[in-house]
Amino acid sequence: MNPTETTLLDLRNAIADRKLSANNAVTAYLDRIQKHNDKLNAFHQTFADRALDRADQVDAGSITGPLAGVPIAIKDNLCTPYGLTTCCSRILEQFRSPYMATATAKLEAAGAIIIGKTNLDEFAMGSSTENSAFGPTHNPWNVDHVPGGSSGGSTAAVAADLAAAALGSDTGGSIRQPAALCGVVGLKPTYGRVSRWGLIAFASSLDQIGPITHTVTDAAILLQVIAGHDQLDSTCTDEPVNDYCGQLDKPIESLRIGLPNQYLSDANDPAITAAIQQAADIYREQGAELVEIDLPHTQYGIATYYIVATAEASSNLARYDGVRYGHRSCDAHDLTDLYSRSRAEGFGDEVKRRIMLGTYALSSGYYDAYYLRALKVRRLIKQDFDAAFNKSANGCDAILCPTTTSPAFKHGEKTDNPLQMYLNDVYTATANLAGIPGISLPAGLDQRTGLPLAIQLLAPHFAESRLLQIARIYEKAAGYCGLRPTL
Amino acid sequence: MPLPLSEDEVRHVAKLSRLELDDDEIRRFTHQLADILNYIAKLDELNVDNIEPMAHPCDVTNVQREDRTHAGMSVEQVLANAPEKSPPFFKVPKVLGNDSGACPPPVPA
Repeated sequence: MNPTETTLLDLRNAIADRKLSANNAVTAYLDRIQKHNDKLNAFHQTFADRALDRADQVDAGSITGPLAGVPIAIKDNLCTPYGLTTCCSRILEQFRSPYMATATAKLEAAGAIIIGKTNLDEFAMGSSTENSAFGPTHNPWNVDHVPGGSSGGSTAAVAADLAAAALGSDTGGSIRQPAALCGVVGLKPTYGRVSRWGLIAFASSLDQIGPITHTVTDAAILLQVIAGHDQLDSTCTDEPVNDYCGQLDKPIESLRIGLPNQYLSDANDPAITAAIQQAADIYREQGAELVEIDLPHTQYGIATYYIVATAEASSNLARYDGVRYGHRSCDAHDLTDLYSRSRAEGFGDEVKRRIMLGTYALSSGYYDAYYLRALKVRRLIKQDFDAAFNKSANGCDAILCPTTTSPAFKHGEKTDNPLQMYLNDVYTATANLAGIPGISLPAGLDQRTGLPLAIQLLAPHFAESRLLQIARIYEKAAGYCGLRPTL
Repeated sequence: MPLPLSEDEVRHVAKLSRLELDDDEIRRFTHQLADILNYIAKLDELNVDNIEPMAHPCDVTNVQREDRTHAGMSVEQVLANAPEKSPPFFKVPKVLGNDSGACPPPVPA
């Protein structure tokens, strides 16, 4: 087998069955990174020596587990006690974390090999990975186009087979939107399903870590490893973790899929509309009942999201003060000056904009008009989903909708207009506001541009197992997994 | 459409945010933030009377653990990333004597 053109499942099995050494697998991925990363800028650091050392331990039998020997990339907002943890910001350019994120620790405990850390929009604030302090990432399907964001480095790495799978984080769509634009699977779990310990905070009531993979099965395998209670994150739930892999191919009786009127607008690219129609047809053929549903507050999602997320960000990012860690300005006269200059020099424009928007929304005189109002609309948005999923009122098992309004846009197309960039999250941010899980699935290629298309499925809180089963039905019937770009 | 916020307000917000911005940046951010706030004004269309605000997406209860001490990070680890230090302390410029009024004087011992 070609170790870099396969699935995580097959790669893991080949290593476990000793048909392939972990050393060969890791070497093959490192070679591929060496060859293609300059063009894509998906990774901004790799851990070659450490990865090869761990591979040898897998081959010697001293590291075992369900991911033994599998090279995995992680987004560089996840803390590692080796290498740097930068959030792709100047302010953390030299930061060495004293501890490891729980999700990453769980991957390593399962035998995975962290091959490197991927590029992101600074502090995960963006939808194109153009806001990184270390330069933009390019879409492997067409390098003139963006990979989406903010986990664009992770999705580009998986799409280009520079890693067998990756972790990203999703605050308003930052796993699902770049997965859609890069033609890979991206899963945002329920809020609290995966520990956020060691995930550098952007918006604490929205952030969630999740897998980026080639297949639904691979996403189930990774979620199985990273999900579960963690004492170090008090918002991480002790809800039992289901057997995601075991349930995956089980048939579903009387499946109901909701099609939200509000997501099927004329604003969508015709190729996206066609992909949704095709997916609906596939589910009908597989015996599902398709029902029209209403999520009437969808149009308020972005406005609500950009108040809630920036308010939380303005508070979370107050910790970057140039005193305890991070960039410190050289020419400060006093303490206030030190804060203001260090932050001005260390943060990029998008981060500054969001800190100011959040500070404004929380400031005296504006709190009620902006922040409190947004929290109330947030409840209305969640109630829309509660009603759609309400089983006692003939609710649906999952919602089928677009992940994005169009395939990947070009570099520079939206960088001068922050509001246009924000509108990218129109179909993804509501899931974060409501805390529900969502998955983006590859839906073939746009005939006109050759760029990937995608569909999105949303499900009720903690219904990941059912969500993955439903995703798997589409994946099997549609046959789009395994499409790969030519680099 | 009139701007929903002025350059002076943005200057004030930048100060609250502890971000030193020059006049060009203030001008640019004022326009960009105004665009965003005009869009966010959409939320005013909704009647939100009697709607309970929702700060958190899931039903959560307070989490407590046993009140037991356990090892934390060493002073060396805590200071490892400090831009300037004088172990076991972080070093900062003088706190008193600036005119911004932002930092209250320490309480006398």
